[in-house]
Amino acid sequence: MLHRLVALVGLVFVGLLTVLSGPASAEGERIVGTLASSASGPIEGVTVTVTTTDGDEVGDDETDENGRFEIDLPGAGDYIAFIDAAELPEGVTSASTERAVTVGTGRAQRVAFALSDGSVGQGGGSTIIVLQRFVEGLRFGLIIAITAIGLSLIFGTTGLTNFAHGELVAIGATVAFIINVSFGVQLIWATLLAVVVGAGIGGLNELGLWRPLRRRRTGLIAMLVVSIGLSIVLRYVLLIQLGGGQQPYADYRGQRAEPYLGGIMTLTDKDLASIILSVVVLIAVALMLQRTKIGKAMRAVADNRDLAASSGINVDRVILFVWMLGGALATFGGVLYGLSDQVAWDMGFRLLLLMFAGVILGGLGTAYGALVGSVIVGVFVQMSTLVIPDELKNVGGLLLLIIILVVRPSGILGARERVG
Amino acid sequence: MDVVTILTNSLQAAFGPLAAFYALLALGLNLHFGYAGLLNFGQAGFALLGAYSVAVTSTRYDLPLWVGVLVAILAATIFALLLGLPTLRLRADYLAIVTIAAAEILNLVVRSRVATPVTGGTQGISQFSQDFDALAPWSTFERFDFFGIRYSGKDLWAMTVGWSLVALLCLLTWMLMRSPWGRVLKAVREDEDAARALGKNVYLFKMQALILGGIFGALGGVLYALAVTTAQPDAYQTSLTFFAYTVLILGGAARVLGPVAGAIIFYFLLAFTDNVLFQLTRGRDPIVPADILTASDAFQLRFIFVGLGLMALLIFRPQGIFGDRREVSLDAR
Repeated sequence: MLHRLVALVGLVFVGLLTVLSGPASAEGERIVGTLASSASGPIEGVTVTVTTTDGDEVGDDETDENGRFEIDLPGAGDYIAFIDAAELPEGVTSASTERAVTVGTGRAQRVAFALSDGSVGQGGGSTIIVLQRFVEGLRFGLIIAITAIGLSLIFGTTGLTNFAHGELVAIGATVAFIINVSFGVQLIWATLLAVVVGAGIGGLNELGLWRPLRRRRTGLIAMLVVSIGLSIVLRYVLLIQLGGGQQPYADYRGQRAEPYLGGIMTLTDKDLASIILSVVVLIAVALMLQRTKIGKAMRAVADNRDLAASSGINVDRVILFVWMLGGALATFGGVLYGLSDQVAWDMGFRLLLLMFAGVILGGLGTAYGALVGSVIVGVFVQMSTLVIPDELKNVGGLLLLIIILVVRPSGILGARERVG
Repeated sequence: MDVVTILTNSLQAAFGPLAAFYALLALGLNLHFGYAGLLNFGQAGFALLGAYSVAVTSTRYDLPLWVGVLVAILAATIFALLLGLPTLRLRADYLAIVTIAAAEILNLVVRSRVATPVTGGTQGISQFSQDFDALAPWSTFERFDFFGIRYSGKDLWAMTVGWSLVALLCLLTWMLMRSPWGRVLKAVREDEDAARALGKNVYLFKMQALILGGIFGALGGVLYALAVTTAQPDAYQTSLTFFAYTVLILGGAARVLGPVAGAIIFYFLLAFTDNVLFQLTRGRDPIVPADILTASDAFQLRFIFVGLGLMALLIFRPQGIFGDRREVSLDAR
């Protein structure tokens, strides 16, 4: 197993090496998914049945204690998946118990059933839902913030718009996943190890690719496109490593939401821990930027690179440190994101646009702006589900990005200067 | 290893309808990135609009094909205006982020349950190419053989229309770039302030380029949807835009025929590696054992190759095969 981990680290630049490491996914076409709702947690013991479009039964499965189900299929094609609404726990209803699925060759196709539970939507008063969504948004926004600080600082110090930053998040989550699930290391220790690996990968990015490119005087637009190429390479290396499905960590599964503040909102223990840890890490980063020598140097280089260089700051060393910090933070954010939304090969890319939204909202190139902007984006995305369907919540976040660019392109905390 | 099959399959792909589709997308991007220096990463969104315009007008409203094409052009124009208005005054990378976000919004909306009655959700819309197929001068069900390379009648018809459109748009690009309009556009790319100092409305020129290139992309989407008779959101994800950029940069940006050469070479190489990997991994006893590389993993390798190719091109030969380095705008202003 070790060679797989080593390969993953090395693969940052040599994507081809994956050929040597074994695939993590099982073979054959499958339908997989998870039944869960926010109040009940994962739902166990519900039968999921799959038929062909003609109605012939192909197979069924009962959800396990994590709410997961998995049904093997005879081949690629169109199928219909049902759940038995009568088996759902009391208070949980499904908008549609039937889903049409198209499964491609060799793919594990995920199926999601839209479940609604009484606690949200119908049962409680409106203030409670607002608060609930706000706290969920805060948790999500803090995750975006942790990952986005690196993105913003990298832009500030090098001018690079790094489209491969999402992959740093996904790689971090995956490294922690491999240490946690394959080696059986408890997630907290796995995370610490992964953060060290993440810092290494960030540093490797700078030393192996971006510093040589700067030396060659590669243009910023060219570097932007290079980062897109890197992002594609890394994303599909992860797909080969992880397979197409989503997988949870080995620890902290299936937690029930506990009531807080006299029962007006609920939160699982891991979500609460995620919020607290995010705040602690962000405060630590802020203190580092504010108080330590290297932190001040980072802000100085981000502010004005030439001036920083002429006042004796070793700019290359600062940039290397920024990359390592960015890699470590992206990894940590990736683990938290994987904890709430499971680990998937494309998780980083899904987060990337929201990271850009947060960074631009706060002011591209600033550390604190990225923090504030990201939290606003996270809260906005979650709160928007009060009025728009859940599946469209990211649309709200992306629209916010576009609106900000119209109204104040330099961002909330960015200098009020022309950026065009 | 069956070398003849690999070569004929690769050649078939190099001139197939899909290659024409990528050529059209890249022709649009050539106007944006090559001539105007605009970083449009939302070309997949333009193609999506084109595909769904024909699909929705013909299946939901029973309108003839030409209406669908007009709607596609109109939709692309509006989308370009919406994208351009906030961002064309800003730095290049802002346009990149906004266009990628806007294309993602379109994709999310099209596949959402809310829009399913119109767009068919994740399943998309199919069976709307009868009008198009009926125009073919030969039977679309027959198979045709050219020196061992086989195409179905339908593919051949889509290719004929597609490559004719490519030729037409190449001619248009060539004429435009020889005109005063094209010279101003290139001036904007080279030095925006200088163009402004000469009294040119830089913003307007950029907007016109964005709209025109977007329409090229939408026409590509129309063609692709008609060729495969489905409009399905998975086909128009961000990776489509990145592939189109690879095509453009491979052929050479700011060259009229760059995107065309790029599409043919790109698809030849892609099909070639796909076929070689397929031959290596297929069957019960593959040449490369399954515990080293499985057939489904082999298919994903194409994306890794494209990514590596894109990186290598930008680092070592940003002007592509036929381009001129001085003409490729690679620095943000």
